[in-house]
Amino acid sequence: MSERSEHRAGESPASGGGTKPCVNCGCAGKSAKQDARRGFMFRFGAALLGVGGAIAAVPILGTLLAPARRQASGWVSLGSADAFPPGQTRFATFLNPIRQPTDGDSAKTACWVRCISPGKYQVFAVNCAHLGCPVRWFAQSRLFLCPCHGGAYYEDGSRAAGPPPRGLFEYPWKIDGGNLLIEAGHLPGLEQTT
Amino acid sequence: MIGAAVDWVEARTGAMAFIAPLLTHHVPRNAKWWYVFGSATLMFFTIQIVTGVCLAMLYAPSAAEAWESLRYIDEQVPFGWMLRALHGWSSNAMVVMMAIHMLQVFLHASYKFPRELNWVTGVFLLFTVLALAFTGQVMRWDQDAYWGLGIGASIADRIPLIGNQVRGLLLGGPIIGGETLSRFFALHVFVLPGAAIGLVGLHLALIMKNGISEMPKPGATVEPATYREEYEKRMAKDGVPFYPDAAQRDMVFCGACLVLLVVLAAVYGPFGPGGQPDPTLIDANPRPDYPFLWIFGAVSLLPPASETAVMLVAPLVGVLVLVAVPFLANAGERAPSRRPGMVLIASLAVMAIAALTWEGKTSPWSPVMNAWSALPTPGHFLTGRTPLQVQGANVFQFAQCRNCHALDGLGGERGPALDAIATRMTPDQLMRQIQQGDGNMPAFGRNLDSAQMTALVSFLTTLKPEFEAPARIPGAQLPLPVRRMPGEVATPVAAGPQ
Repeated sequence: MSERSEHRAGESPASGGGTKPCVNCGCAGKSAKQDARRGFMFRFGAALLGVGGAIAAVPILGTLLAPARRQASGWVSLGSADAFPPGQTRFATFLNPIRQPTDGDSAKTACWVRCISPGKYQVFAVNCAHLGCPVRWFAQSRLFLCPCHGGAYYEDGSRAAGPPPRGLFEYPWKIDGGNLLIEAGHLPGLEQTT
Repeated sequence: MIGAAVDWVEARTGAMAFIAPLLTHHVPRNAKWWYVFGSATLMFFTIQIVTGVCLAMLYAPSAAEAWESLRYIDEQVPFGWMLRALHGWSSNAMVVMMAIHMLQVFLHASYKFPRELNWVTGVFLLFTVLALAFTGQVMRWDQDAYWGLGIGASIADRIPLIGNQVRGLLLGGPIIGGETLSRFFALHVFVLPGAAIGLVGLHLALIMKNGISEMPKPGATVEPATYREEYEKRMAKDGVPFYPDAAQRDMVFCGACLVLLVVLAAVYGPFGPGGQPDPTLIDANPRPDYPFLWIFGAVSLLPPASETAVMLVAPLVGVLVLVAVPFLANAGERAPSRRPGMVLIASLAVMAIAALTWEGKTSPWSPVMNAWSALPTPGHFLTGRTPLQVQGANVFQFAQCRNCHALDGLGGERGPALDAIATRMTPDQLMRQIQQGDGNMPAFGRNLDSAQMTALVSFLTTLKPEFEAPARIPGAQLPLPVRRMPGEVATPVAAGPQ
């Protein structure tokens, strides 16, 4: 700040005209040629910064924005299909197939498995369709109840009462070698189709 | 010697030349105790920075270890629990103090010319601090943090078209996991405190530039054309230097606040961590921290049809309205007595937030998940009952009715209490209600067999005060003879069809 104002003082007409050498750097003072050169140097520097910045922005924006488009899922086993007897709805847990090394306990995931009849299943996410709280199954009243706002679902996952805008989210399932497999991964949510 | 050292530093930094006007600038004589809340907010913010830096030295910001590291800080680190308690209590205190400060500025209309941008930077500070509070709750990485993020993700999901992308950006990935905590850690310890420090600097610089506003006086209106000149004249004539005249009150108030904070932290200890962040432990009952309970309450009370629109639009409207306040009225009267509408708005806002916070804390809309198995059936509803009615009382418990319906004041409050249901509904109406349900009650027709249903209805028809008549359809014959109190006049019963 102060250097700049002293520099100007040396150049100003009041202190002896435009060509008097500057008191600070001894330069020849203001001239059109030098103005042009400084303007060019400034623009050249700005261009260098732009090029470097654009390259550096790739990993920066990549880190910030990459999570917007990752929607992975994978097949994961819930164990032997025999563990889910017909007519019952049982609790099952699995390790998320898309977990990262630092996820810890949060990679564990829960779901509700309903066996309608031998070989026919429905696998529900525990996340309430309203705001994602974990729903609990009550075998006596054959209802899923959410502790947050009282969302209730029937045993087939359809909405029974309360604020949820739809039924429970379901995972696609298949039987492979006697095991029940589901396609799971990303957190279930309203914008997804399943 | 010391004087020479001070001169040496002063010659090279100009520090005193910078600080002296901050201390000696004139402030209104009549400001008194009204103006201490901003200083107290800043003091709590300072506490947050200092305790936060210490906590960052002890905390492991990794989803696999964060919860354990908090237990370690609480139980192993000398006075670690106190450090966490100070950070937690000071966080709540800062939000409260900021709200009081904002309320005072609003009621006194201190945001009017030329202090519009003081207010705007204050609004940005408000949202920065609330963001710090939310990300701080995530740092606890317990069940509340996990499912609280789930609620945030579910709200983001409701944004049309790009909901999924926004949710991914919020969580740092497709699930709530390691990258979620790291992302929130970066926000909580780098981005948001940096923003807050910058905004505090700007806020204070604007105070220096525009001066402290005077106490409002009815009739003393703000005229932008002449305000500055007259304000400076008044300050020169009647103002007092900030130090020591006003600073003494700031000092006393901040000192009292700090003592209170230390006592609260030492007596009540740190917040959480709650249950470990294992999403397969679904017995969670997630609740947000105090500053967000009112939002939790508001979201819960919305009609489902308007929910998405309100959840997405209301925050934007809130920000816009708050920012717009000084631009809607930046001149004229400042006294609350001349601005009854503004006083009404402020009072309603305070009452609404207080009421919603209470609702959020008690959350009567939540079913009591263990009521059916944990609560006793009141004895007076069982004595002298037939086996069928007692069987019905069993069905009432085992079908989880109690989770939403209270008896004797115990049980859920989601549905109405049923102590006197027989005075309001006939057996036929009860049967229909249980079988078909309605908007807020599931239909139990598919879930209870006819024997259970008959027993349940038979129990429910006994739920009434002894001397009150059971409900009946107007025009229908009374189902049972009614025992009358001595002297009671018999209600005429319309003759039914023969």
